[in-house]
Amino acid sequence: MSAPVDRTTHPGAEASIGRSLIIANVSRRRFLQGVSAFGGLVLAVGYPSAIRAEEAKKYGADGMPNGWTDNPLAFVSIAEDGTVTIVCHRSEMGQGIRTGMPMIVADELEADWKRVRVAQAPGDEKKFGNQDTDGSRSTRHFFEPMRRCGAAARTMLEAAAAERWKVPVSEVEAQNHEVVHRPSGRRLGYGALAKAAASQPVPARDTLRLKDPKKFRYIGKGNLKLVDGRDIVTGKAQYGIDTRLPGMLYAVVARPPVYGGKVASFDPAEALKVPGVQKVVQIEDSPPPAHFNPVGGVAVIGRNTWAAMQGRQALKITWDDGPNASYDSVAFKASLEESARKPGKVVRNDGDFAAAAAGAPRRLDAEYYVPHLAHATMEAPAAAARIMNGKCEVWGPFQSPQATRDLVAKRLGMSADDVTVHVTLLGGGFGRKSKPDYGIEAAVLSKAMDGKPVKVTWTRDDDLHHGYYHTVSVEHLEAGVDGQGKPVAWLHRTVAPTIISTFNPEAKNEAPFELGMGVINVPFAIPNVRIENPEAIAHTRIGWFRSVSNIPHAFAVQSFVAELAAAAGRDPKDFLLEVIGPARQVSPELLGDTWNHGESPERYPVDTGRLRRVAEVAAREAGWGKKLPKGRGLGIAAHYSFVSYIAAVVEVAVDDKGVLTVPRVDMAVDCGACVNPDRVRAQMEGAAVMGVALATLGEISFKGGRVEQDNFNGYQVTRINEAPRDIRVHIIPGDFSKPMGGVGEPGVPPIPPALCNAIFAATGKRIRRLPIRDQLKA
Amino acid sequence: MIPIEINGRRQNIDLPGETPLLWTLRDELGLTGTKFGCGMALCGACTVHLDGQAVRSCLTPISAAANKKVVTIEAVGNAPVGKALQAAWVDLGVPQCGYCQAGQIMSAAALLARNANPTDAQIDQAMSGNICRCGTYTRIRAAIKQAAKQGGTR
Repeated sequence: MSAPVDRTTHPGAEASIGRSLIIANVSRRRFLQGVSAFGGLVLAVGYPSAIRAEEAKKYGADGMPNGWTDNPLAFVSIAEDGTVTIVCHRSEMGQGIRTGMPMIVADELEADWKRVRVAQAPGDEKKFGNQDTDGSRSTRHFFEPMRRCGAAARTMLEAAAAERWKVPVSEVEAQNHEVVHRPSGRRLGYGALAKAAASQPVPARDTLRLKDPKKFRYIGKGNLKLVDGRDIVTGKAQYGIDTRLPGMLYAVVARPPVYGGKVASFDPAEALKVPGVQKVVQIEDSPPPAHFNPVGGVAVIGRNTWAAMQGRQALKITWDDGPNASYDSVAFKASLEESARKPGKVVRNDGDFAAAAAGAPRRLDAEYYVPHLAHATMEAPAAAARIMNGKCEVWGPFQSPQATRDLVAKRLGMSADDVTVHVTLLGGGFGRKSKPDYGIEAAVLSKAMDGKPVKVTWTRDDDLHHGYYHTVSVEHLEAGVDGQGKPVAWLHRTVAPTIISTFNPEAKNEAPFELGMGVINVPFAIPNVRIENPEAIAHTRIGWFRSVSNIPHAFAVQSFVAELAAAAGRDPKDFLLEVIGPARQVSPELLGDTWNHGESPERYPVDTGRLRRVAEVAAREAGWGKKLPKGRGLGIAAHYSFVSYIAAVVEVAVDDKGVLTVPRVDMAVDCGACVNPDRVRAQMEGAAVMGVALATLGEISFKGGRVEQDNFNGYQVTRINEAPRDIRVHIIPGDFSKPMGGVGEPGVPPIPPALCNAIFAATGKRIRRLPIRDQLKA
Repeated sequence: MIPIEINGRRQNIDLPGETPLLWTLRDELGLTGTKFGCGMALCGACTVHLDGQAVRSCLTPISAAANKKVVTIEAVGNAPVGKALQAAWVDLGVPQCGYCQAGQIMSAAALLARNANPTDAQIDQAMSGNICRCGTYTRIRAAIKQAAKQGGTR
């Protein structure tokens, strides 16, 4: 048998940077480092900016922990053979950021993409700026800093060439990986200039010449293949679960099945008899609030994953379930409904809802339910760690590498300076891998094995049973409509356990960042609007799931608008546009939204013209109004989230047995200018599938405090035969001088309501409870 | 000792016969291209070829692979069909996170090996055992067709 191969992880970021660091540390300029000096661990790990309200308001990347940097010395290095290495400091989870971010630098650098290598940054926000890859933020926060990195490095190469030729720098110009002396036609390659460029000063930010966007070679062109594409299709790509270290051991963990539970007693004897099992180790439990901590349990460590899994099966554990053992999803739904039918905390109040509704000729109401969801990344959580000479290294698929570093250090009682977090590719993230509980587990287990390398692998049931779930919610809506059926009074009560409960168990109301996801910041032309948020208590770990609270909010709001249209006998698209009202810019603050996705309300007002336009484009491209055979229907929804505007028109077919298929989805997206249009398309395609998956099949339910779904048979996700067959993405052209919007998440929210509106058009049946599952078969 | 030919190389595996092929490949032989997704043959991430047939390695004990030929994602490109699929996958930008794509390509390669020009329905049938959580299905279908077209003109 061959010896295990030692291919530690994918391109070792630090190693490769260090080796080729020809442009060295000669800065004369003080780089603006992250300016958000928030104290305390909680804030340092990306606690929502909304709850830092008392801090001076900072927006965009300035408002994120450790902010941003545009230091070319941190991001760009050039080897003497001309190879340009660009560091990507954001985590790759399928959004294409390892292509997009370096592409921005390369373009301004005038680098030949064929000679560019990408290195992944370890968790080090002091050096690289914020690395929390979440909130659909990477491109809009780092487009400008990355451009400046490239432009600064280009300027240093030009200065080096001018010095070499003893000519004014105004006579030289970087072009496609070489610097040209225009009058003489002399040329020098980047490799030949690398050393001399390294001794040039880093130019001051305000002296940089950025390219005219008309001269972009890569940005906005869609002409580059994915950096990792070839490795992915040949099996060479390295995810966290693929980490291999010399002498590494393999672990799986039996965790308390109920949130807040712990090990009462356990007997390792049978587990230790399993061939290949080496040790059984208890992991200390972490009582709620969960934060990002491991939940504790009993780990089995062996020579391979299978041996550890067999050992775990042989463990005898008695659990102390604790107070959440009574958590039951059926009963909880009823309690949410009860809360939603009574007044709650008023979070927005325009005009006088009660009076206007009382005076309206007609009133309508509806309630919508969205259950817990699990991210179910195809790569379940996994991480490896080793401790040597007082230093700990962790490898894994982390969306928040700095938080991982800080929390591993805290758990091990080490300084964060002695912890290195290597970020591998992520086999899906969707928000689950913002929480590095599995990275901490790996570090704890390595310590228990005297620092030997240990990899912890989560099985699918571990993943589904110990998630940071999407919340569960009831949305109660009421409207008073005028004689034409148009709403003059609008009440929305949203009830859902808040993500804040994962950090503070006393939290019972939605946070500003949850309310600002499509419930209070709905810019409709309705004079009397009242938004209320009754309390809800969490009984499990609630976390961020791709597009977060926008999912239930958009489902309710966009379904209810369609219900009002139907009651008025109006075309749903025309009615939606009328409810949105004329094109105008609405201040988020006027809507009571103090969060605005962390962005400046001046730079990012809510623009109803853009919202109208995506709805119009999606409708036009989908052939809205076309004649469809029986059992077919079109539905529309438009939603603003992550400072982008997206509308979807979904076409469904429902046969006489109630079997649902989705022949086509048209999505119009206005996210501002696109760095990599093909990846914007890909994110929309994926969002359409994920939206269909959660609307038709997705549900995590609890009974006796335990998750009822164990694997992809119980927690079903959409497969190729059930997915939309034809997804057409229509990108509204953007302007690189205008603020950008997010892409990774905002495609999801309009899909479930557009789907259910299409089902109504096709069948007359209104879906108010997700998932749809067999509701059409009744 | 269980003899298995893996990617053209004969290996003698010294593990209990019930050990799944998946963990043998990944943990013992370092062939990490084959992915773990569910452990119950529900997601297809672990798909490999066993004597040319697509199988889920998570539920295939190594005893069942004795004296047989296993091909994984690391070697599927040695055959024209695998190579054409890999090229189409890159060309059309199929992968998002990419984690499931090894299994997708292995299933697609087994499909094209027995049916050089599959219909949409045949693609759906052959590929419905492979989950992609990122939702790359439309591009997977397009890439299989592109690879099939190239196969036909070769």
